[in-house]
Amino acid sequence: MFKTLGKATKVAVLSIWFIFTVFPLYWMALTSIRPVREVTKKFYYPHSNSTLDSYRTLFKQYAFGTYIRNSFIVSLAASAFVIFIGLLGAYALARYKFKGKSQIMLVFLITQMIPGLIALAPLYLLLSKVHLLNTLYALILCYVGAMVPFATIMLRGFLQRIPPELDEAALIDGCNRFTALFRVVFPVALPGIAATFIFAFVQCWNELFLAMVLIDSDGNKTFPVAERSFIGAYYIEWGGLAASVMIGIIPTVVMFGLMSKFMISGLSAGIVKG
Amino acid sequence: MAASIHKLVRKDGKKSHNILAPLWFLIPALILVAIFIYYPVFATANMSFKNYKLFDQGHIFYNGFTNFREIFKDLHFHRIIQNTVLWVTVSLFFQFTIGFILALYLKSKFRFSGLYQGIIFIPWALSGFLMGLVWKWIFDDSLGVLNDMMLKTHLISKPIPWLSNPNWAMAAVIIANIWYGVTFFVIMILAALQGVPHEILEAAELDGCSKAKALFLVIVPYIRPTLILIVLLRIIWITNFPDIIFGMTSGGPNEQTHILSSWLVQKITYDQDWGSGSALGLIMLGVLFIFTIFYLLATRLEEESEG
Repeated sequence: MFKTLGKATKVAVLSIWFIFTVFPLYWMALTSIRPVREVTKKFYYPHSNSTLDSYRTLFKQYAFGTYIRNSFIVSLAASAFVIFIGLLGAYALARYKFKGKSQIMLVFLITQMIPGLIALAPLYLLLSKVHLLNTLYALILCYVGAMVPFATIMLRGFLQRIPPELDEAALIDGCNRFTALFRVVFPVALPGIAATFIFAFVQCWNELFLAMVLIDSDGNKTFPVAERSFIGAYYIEWGGLAASVMIGIIPTVVMFGLMSKFMISGLSAGIVKG
Repeated sequence: MAASIHKLVRKDGKKSHNILAPLWFLIPALILVAIFIYYPVFATANMSFKNYKLFDQGHIFYNGFTNFREIFKDLHFHRIIQNTVLWVTVSLFFQFTIGFILALYLKSKFRFSGLYQGIIFIPWALSGFLMGLVWKWIFDDSLGVLNDMMLKTHLISKPIPWLSNPNWAMAAVIIANIWYGVTFFVIMILAALQGVPHEILEAAELDGCSKAKALFLVIVPYIRPTLILIVLLRIIWITNFPDIIFGMTSGGPNEQTHILSSWLVQKITYDQDWGSGSALGLIMLGVLFIFTIFYLLATRLEEESEG
């Protein structure tokens, strides 16, 4: 009796949460394929007059192709750099014991409390001094800088799980620490590295405010910034907006799907950022 | 595992006490962190004592505590503080509670549990700003689907002014934030639950503990350090997360749904009053610093409990 009741509650709770999670995305998807004139109608399932017009408009009338390309360039480059630099730092923190190590850990950990938003103005001034404003390089640099601490700490968690005997053997075989890291440890740590990469990618892809401040010209806008200017102050074209939101979330959802296997172990290994 | 690492260190003693080798590996990371995270903190502190308006660069000068005074005197200051506290506490409470319940249910595998997890974890990967736009569309006073559904099911007799009434708007952004943040808690708590050794649970069962009792007397105390850590991290994170608010209301109507961080963004990007924005940033930093002390204490706590 109690058992069936308990099971019924479980099914109910899980179902409600499932619907609550999926509905907003489902509704946005429905909106995006409605004919423009019927965008505000309340059909709860796809209609026979569904159309991809809203999507076509995005690429024809607006430069969404460019914005997506920019977002990919920035996110991929920043994630790759942050993995390389984070891996070096993580290796030192996972494999060496040295004076000042806990202080260095502290330097990385404390960054988690600093509101990234306070960096908007100083980084604008800094990057204007080196003439990088309005370039994708500026965004890549800032994102790498912002993500290094979390990547280092997360990768350290993965490296600590790999037996140190592995790199010892490599050292005996004539590797130095650097080549041991990239030839021997890297392949073994690949699942963790992939998870960290995707974490970084998702954060870059979704970042709005720095990109808003640092990028001005239309040709260099990343996706969220373009989206921001796409919504007019007084009038929102909901069909186009819905279509653009769908396009904007596909890359991260796909990335996420790729990593869902590593997700839990990835987080428990010491992820420090949402 | 920990033991074997220590062994390596001892075996490898000569090399590992040399600080130079690990430092070479750490230098790129440290330089980047210094430039892109710590330098902006000092620059902000400096700027917060200046009259610094981007549109009036001829008149940049130190003005003492004027920026701070003006923030505290601001017409909307009390409302914004109140909103921030609500935003953090209410979001956190529901995110944690729902996350905990879901994690407990997901701990034991069932048919399609992998698929189920994959789908309910999706919000984590999405842009807060874009999801803010999605929720804006759902909550829209006249065109939104939520009012439509509630009217059709006779839950309400006239549309709720979700986004045009400040209090309803605050409720709306918090609901969206709960939707967005539960995933994080499910993942973290699930990971913590999976770390509870079977022996402990079996022992509790042998001692005649009921499931509920085992949960509160055995499991929760065991994962408590992790829970504290997650909550503290999340408090900081939610405080610094204005993306959803920007998508849904941009702080409106009439600045009534701003929280500290969205107000900061407003000052920097729209008002272009960098002195005032920096002062606000410094205030937030001070508040979050207190939480960080707790966070660090909790980290130490966890390391000790891991032994």
